[in-house]
Amino acid sequence: MNNTFIIAWKETRSYFSSPTAYVVGAMFLVLTGVFFVFDITRPFAEASVRGYINWATLFIVFLAPLLTMRLLAEEQKLGTLELLLTSPVRDWEVVIGKYLASLVTLGVTLSFTLYYVLMLFVFGDPDIGPLVSAYLGLFLYGAAALAIGIMASSLSGNQIVAAVVGIGILLMLANINRIGVLLQGVGADVISGLSMDAHFDDFSRGVLDSSHVVYYLSIVVVFLFITVRSLEARRWR
Amino acid sequence: MIEIEHVSKYYGDFPAVTDISFSVGKGEILGFLGPNGAGKSTTMKMLTGFLPPSSGTVRIAGSDIVSDSLEARRHIGYLPETVPLYTDMEVTDYLKFMGRIRGMSSNYVARRINEVIDIVNLGVYRNTHIGKLSKGFRQRVGIAQAILHEPDVLVLDEPTIGIDPIQVVETRQLIKSLGGEHTLVISTHILPEVSMICERVIIINEGQIVAEDTPEMLATRLRGVDRIELDVKGPSKEIADAISAVEGVTDVDHHYVQNGGHTTYAVSLLPDLELRSRLASAVVTGGWELLRLQSVGMTLEEIFLQVTTEEQIPGVIGAVEEEAQQG
Repeated sequence: MNNTFIIAWKETRSYFSSPTAYVVGAMFLVLTGVFFVFDITRPFAEASVRGYINWATLFIVFLAPLLTMRLLAEEQKLGTLELLLTSPVRDWEVVIGKYLASLVTLGVTLSFTLYYVLMLFVFGDPDIGPLVSAYLGLFLYGAAALAIGIMASSLSGNQIVAAVVGIGILLMLANINRIGVLLQGVGADVISGLSMDAHFDDFSRGVLDSSHVVYYLSIVVVFLFITVRSLEARRWR
Repeated sequence: MIEIEHVSKYYGDFPAVTDISFSVGKGEILGFLGPNGAGKSTTMKMLTGFLPPSSGTVRIAGSDIVSDSLEARRHIGYLPETVPLYTDMEVTDYLKFMGRIRGMSSNYVARRINEVIDIVNLGVYRNTHIGKLSKGFRQRVGIAQAILHEPDVLVLDEPTIGIDPIQVVETRQLIKSLGGEHTLVISTHILPEVSMICERVIIINEGQIVAEDTPEMLATRLRGVDRIELDVKGPSKEIADAISAVEGVTDVDHHYVQNGGHTTYAVSLLPDLELRSRLASAVVTGGWELLRLQSVGMTLEEIFLQVTTEEQIPGVIGAVEEEAQQG
């Protein structure tokens, strides 16, 4: 476990000593900022983050894979993976360490958007409950997106491929509920149940349902597991 | 310290390494010699646990590299051929990270980094980004991370490739000084390097071990005339004495008794003497039956020609001769 934190610390430093985190973070803040302003300047606007937070999930779909694409692809390209995996470190310690670093970066980025919330409190009187659930949901959504991104990064030594594959999987998982509504019966429920966006609705409405939390955590576990397996598979090729 | 038994590695159907077995004792310096694509790097990758062998076992300090991988990896310091480094990190930060993931305490790492930086002569560049270092200095950072945790086993894959001649000399001296404390495995395709650094050499070609000996013996064999084998019928002691009496013969070994009722004599000679006719007449004068007389050095020379690249050969032989004259 100690190794996980050593790797997480190294990767976090690496995020903040290279432009990646700043560029991706700045993009996220600009985009969410614009939609926040749109949302609260509408007539009869309410003091909530509900409008912008739904947009934020879309930006996460595109930006999370950009944050994670480097994590394992670069190690493979530089060959440093060879030194890392011949050190007395378990494969899952490498994966989780790197994942934690991306999670910290996400957390820091999201914490900057609390500025919008501060604005709501200064100029309005927002309900605290929906704010908390929206941010919890957004963080879980981001956590799932990063797990998918790091899995994509483990597939090859090419960062562009990692980003495209990550965004592709995320777009599919996010929007699959649009296919679900066209169908009927059990099939529709199953497909909608897989959708990252369908599980997000309750969070943005201020409803906390443990099944949604379990869903996002399952996505994280499943994709991190695939990542570890993908690293192991490299050795057998 | 290192035991490799019947190890093979297939990439798909392609056999990169077939049925290799050898062992390396504590403190020994083993050279792994072969042309590009012979299976050197694949063997190194299997030694260090990056690639699992398709069949066979690798044990490092008694631990199996596959089933007891973490314990085995704790004993290894490794410098891969490509010298992979995190180019966005400073030298000391990088070494600190490598030390920590190998289980060194932060105090121990801090102390050891200073020692190691002195050993590889990197003092001036300790706070430089690795990406800004030249190839030779990156090589030193690579060696520094390999010896950082004072491993029992040090595996260096082509450690002198791509650096300038002065640095090559320094690096070789450095590597040689590491022997004794560490068990060293070095792969290379440069012959003089082997004779300068290594105590024992394994030549690998097309995935198989084709020769294994000390550099001195290999150097002698390379000169073409080294040993002559004779099959003679008759009383072995007298025959051996008669052969020893020939001028230029340094040693006679007659332990190989064959089925045909004759004895095989392995005769070692001073180099550059044509003694075959004199040996033959010595045997015939004694009244014994000479069944075979063969110079055995030639086959190995052929192997070596195959093993080393052609443009290297003149320089290689010159260097080996110099070495032989000095030593």
